[in-house]
Amino acid sequence: MTAAPPHPPQPAPLLAVDRVSIDYRTADRVVRATHRVSFDVHAAERYILLGASGCGKSTLLKSIAGFIAPSEGEIRLDGRAVARPGPDRIVVFQEFDQLPPWKTVAENVMFPLLASRRAGRAEARERAHDVLARVGLARFADAYPHTLSGGMKQRVAIARALAMQPRVLLMDEPFAALDALTRRRMQEELLALWEDTRFTLLFVTHSIEEALVVGSRIGLLSPHPGRMRAEINSHGWDLSSMGSAGFQGAAQRIHRLLFDEPAGGAADDAAQDGGIAGGEAAGEATAAGRSNAGLRRIA
Amino acid sequence: MNLAQAAAPRPLPPVRPEYERPLEPLADAPLARPLPWPARLWRAGWLRKGLILAVLAALWELLARWQDNDLLFPTFSATARALAEGLYSGELPGKAALSLAVLLQGYAAGIAAAFVLTSLAVSTRLGRDLLGTLTAMFNPLPAIALLPLALLWFGLGRGSLVFVLIHSVLWPMALNTFAGFQGVPETLRMAGRNYGLSGLRYVLQILVPAALPSILAGLKIGWAFAWRTLIAAELVFGATSGQGGLGWYIFQNRNELYTDRVFAGLAMVILIGLLVEGVVFNALERATVRRWGMQR
Repeated sequence: MTAAPPHPPQPAPLLAVDRVSIDYRTADRVVRATHRVSFDVHAAERYILLGASGCGKSTLLKSIAGFIAPSEGEIRLDGRAVARPGPDRIVVFQEFDQLPPWKTVAENVMFPLLASRRAGRAEARERAHDVLARVGLARFADAYPHTLSGGMKQRVAIARALAMQPRVLLMDEPFAALDALTRRRMQEELLALWEDTRFTLLFVTHSIEEALVVGSRIGLLSPHPGRMRAEINSHGWDLSSMGSAGFQGAAQRIHRLLFDEPAGGAADDAAQDGGIAGGEAAGEATAAGRSNAGLRRIA
Repeated sequence: MNLAQAAAPRPLPPVRPEYERPLEPLADAPLARPLPWPARLWRAGWLRKGLILAVLAALWELLARWQDNDLLFPTFSATARALAEGLYSGELPGKAALSLAVLLQGYAAGIAAAFVLTSLAVSTRLGRDLLGTLTAMFNPLPAIALLPLALLWFGLGRGSLVFVLIHSVLWPMALNTFAGFQGVPETLRMAGRNYGLSGLRYVLQILVPAALPSILAGLKIGWAFAWRTLIAAELVFGATSGQGGLGWYIFQNRNELYTDRVFAGLAMVILIGLLVEGVVFNALERATVRRWGMQR
């Protein structure tokens, strides 16, 4: 590990997060959510942001999407600074209410294409039918979202994002609200879709297993405030390797990186920002770390 | 005895054999059966509502016959006769059309003003304060109380009626619409902004449909308020510019003690209300919020 051969020159990253700090403003104070976070995402990478709750990973994703302006540092997509939300970065949210209920499944997929004037009506319809077929929802093109199950709604959201062919696809714990069986199938499907089109993915999760399975590279964030702890390659793992010794080893390594902080560090952290809502989240996380090692869900 | 029982460790449950059983195809029992026809009939809303109306009419008829005073309380049948005569002679439809024309003008203007105010309120903080202050000031003011002022400003005509109508529609409509806008889920807002929607397009394509249940409620309340205001204004101030609407019809017939016609005029107001509620708003709801699963 130490005497690694020099890397070949890297191509310019697609997305560069450059020493980004984000502050939350509450009624009477300013709270730092992330502190000088830097990482690069290259084309066709499946980059995972992993960390316990309170590490600012969702905030980072929203900042990349353009919803929250960083108070320090810069986020660059294709070399240009991100200033506002835009259709080149489509977000798939965790919540099921991201689909406007007044549009059918097909109209939902067409909506961003039409709203951003990327495509005319005919082309949008064609693309919608194409992606809906790929996520296996062609039969439900004319159904309204309220008639679909949670997994199907997330599939529509993913189809909608894919139809836009964004520069980078941002996913904010998209499977966290699904049951375990559906979640596993969705992970499988997402990987199959990636094999198809090799889109660039930035995926936020708090599950170590999900990070290893879905990602090709994992950025580990420490909580309160969020700082980069490590970056780990995970392109070698998929759903079939889940029980293997190597997989378990990688999971344990991440676990150690996230929880086995140097002595005194945790106490410092807690003292620094006991006022944030994350105060109890930190306690929760360490409790989970001490308990069942087999149950490796953080927070 | 009890203590000893509690202290003794419970025996382990028996280990029972596993089994696997192939699923037989369901041959005899069909998966879905049609409902019996009385149950299906009872599901029709118009039938249940019609039944309520019929019972109310029967009660009215009985009460009026028992009272036996046509001048104070005409029977249902007498009212129905007066209504039919009024409809047939063309007097009632003419009056209703006059009232409705004024009403629709005031209603549409009120809705437009409410839309402008709420759009301002969602986009700027000053707009929000403006809306809050104005509704707090003017919503409690009864429209009728403004009518003397309106008559001073706009004269004895359509203008003053439209003015008080706007006043009666604008504030409840704006309050409801704004409450609806504020209730739009954050995820949906972000999704809309994610596609590059902003300004008026954002309001029309995200906020309005997402807040449609509240907006529809506002439209209904505004409609009812507008009717009340109009009939009351016509009752209090009589005809405007020589032609009277339904309120004038009621007022005139009361003066001449045609109580059955007074009731017929009131019935006309009720009928139009039922029609608009049952046909216009119901169709609007079925085509939108109910179809989208936002309302049951």
